[in-house]
Amino acid sequence: MSVLAILEQRGGVLNRMGFETLGGAARLSGALGVPLEAAILGDGLGDLPQQAARYGVAKAYAVDHPLLAQYTADGYTQAAEQLIRATKPELVLFPHTYQARDWAPKLATRFGCCLISDVVDARIEAGEICFVRQLFQGKWNADICAPSEGLQFASLQAGAFRAAAPGEAAGEVAAFAVQLDAAAIRGEPEEPFRESQRSVDLSSAERIVAVGRGIKERDNLALAEQLARAMGAELAASRPICDNGWLPMERQVGSSGQTVAPKLYLAMGISGAIQHLVGMKGAKTIVAINSDAGAPIFEIADYGVVGDLFQVAPALIDQIKKAKA
Amino acid sequence: MKIIVCVKQVPARDSVLRVRPDGKWLEESDLNFEINEPDAYALEEALQVRDAAGGEVVVVCAGPERATSTIREALAKGADRGIHIVLPEGAAPDALATARLLASAIQGESPDLILTGLQSDDLGSGQTGVVLAELLGLPHASIIMQVEVTGAGLKVKRELEDGWFQHVSLPLPALLTIQSGIKKLRYATLMGIKKAKSKPVQVIDAAAGGAKFEAAVPIRRVYPPQRTKQIQMLTGSPEQVAAQLVEKLRFEARVL
Repeated sequence: MSVLAILEQRGGVLNRMGFETLGGAARLSGALGVPLEAAILGDGLGDLPQQAARYGVAKAYAVDHPLLAQYTADGYTQAAEQLIRATKPELVLFPHTYQARDWAPKLATRFGCCLISDVVDARIEAGEICFVRQLFQGKWNADICAPSEGLQFASLQAGAFRAAAPGEAAGEVAAFAVQLDAAAIRGEPEEPFRESQRSVDLSSAERIVAVGRGIKERDNLALAEQLARAMGAELAASRPICDNGWLPMERQVGSSGQTVAPKLYLAMGISGAIQHLVGMKGAKTIVAINSDAGAPIFEIADYGVVGDLFQVAPALIDQIKKAKA
Repeated sequence: MKIIVCVKQVPARDSVLRVRPDGKWLEESDLNFEINEPDAYALEEALQVRDAAGGEVVVVCAGPERATSTIREALAKGADRGIHIVLPEGAAPDALATARLLASAIQGESPDLILTGLQSDDLGSGQTGVVLAELLGLPHASIIMQVEVTGAGLKVKRELEDGWFQHVSLPLPALLTIQSGIKKLRYATLMGIKKAKSKPVQVIDAAAGGAKFEAAVPIRRVYPPQRTKQIQMLTGSPEQVAAQLVEKLRFEARVL
């Protein structure tokens, strides 16, 4: 019995979300009274398992195999399935990365389990593991409680758990040999790439005015542009605005776009789906203007206005001009 | 090419959500429902692949009676036929239970390509497509931004985090989960809506087959999240609110 954290690496570097996974996993393994174990998959892992073993891990498995050189869902699933069948953890945790989203559900299915994805909190109570997930793009939370006996799979949201800190003592490192079938790896991935050079660098902007669905029509962007100009801010948007082609993709803030940390982030008509929040919650001061008082953006904002942005934004432009005059 | 698109019907985006008296889900009786947005993009991609390569698009939906309207909408946009796996009112399957229902309906169809949206706007577990591929023994690729049919296979563009992408080649048959924004969505035409009325929809009663459609680990309770930050809510007329906000941003937060 153990809690097993499956960490992610690329090019010999551990994904830092893995340390948050170890932090959450340590809490749960402590409450369950079982050891915390970690696993890293790849080809030529070097000292990565040793690195991981310093973060409160009793045992770190190095799953090294040439067919794991590049990530494939088929390869990773085969390998982790063998590890789990051999080591019999009762809880398997992943960082909720794009990669985990691609293969953790497949792995859980092999065990007849349903991955509990994108978990923001977890606790042990009365012999159960209760996971907290977000519903409706963050508008609600849900408690999902499973018996602590048996096997569960869960992935942990970025920023939801405090990262584990390295300790003096290192856990044991063990190589786990897997037998992989090359023919069962069906996808052929190419090297990841970035699109051509961006012309806007939102990450260096001091102030950002960002718009979401609440802007309603393309023509209304002019209002946001005026406000941005008055504030000396860059204009940005949540995903749906860029999906519609109203603003270029390079102005998109969120998990699939840019990550920003300006002094001031003013979100207009953005409800605050988690995919957006992860890209901007590092902003020093956050202002939210939204007509829906229940919008999740208000949970992370410093100043909130529940109201019609088409009335508030023009008034704001007037006031800024007055203040500057 | 035979393409299956899996779609889900979810509460409309502007819905005011209220907790059901038992605290386990939302009150659905006064809500409007619509197609899950990422699934609308999956449908659009399917229609464009079919229009280029020929073949048919079959839309599959597991949901209660009301989901018929979403299937009709997909048919009006150009899907050729539908399969409705009818769930009892109030059924709350998890991604695995839903994928099992979808798999049993799709098995006999032997499609070349299956598309789903990358996640649903309600549960947001983001895995039904990946699980479905595993149940059907098919290769998959997720969060797809571009699809190119290359003879016996596909070349797709996956979205990774932080502005990174990756091309992946897959043999057919395969399953893809589609990212929102992959193509511009079409509207149903009047002609399309008219034609949809005569397109066939196969109805499968999920309960009759003895299938399981409840979550293995069900939702215990739903509730609004707690605020993690102390927020100052500004109230008054738009002018008053704007004046307060500028004052606070200049002299309290010192960011303007």
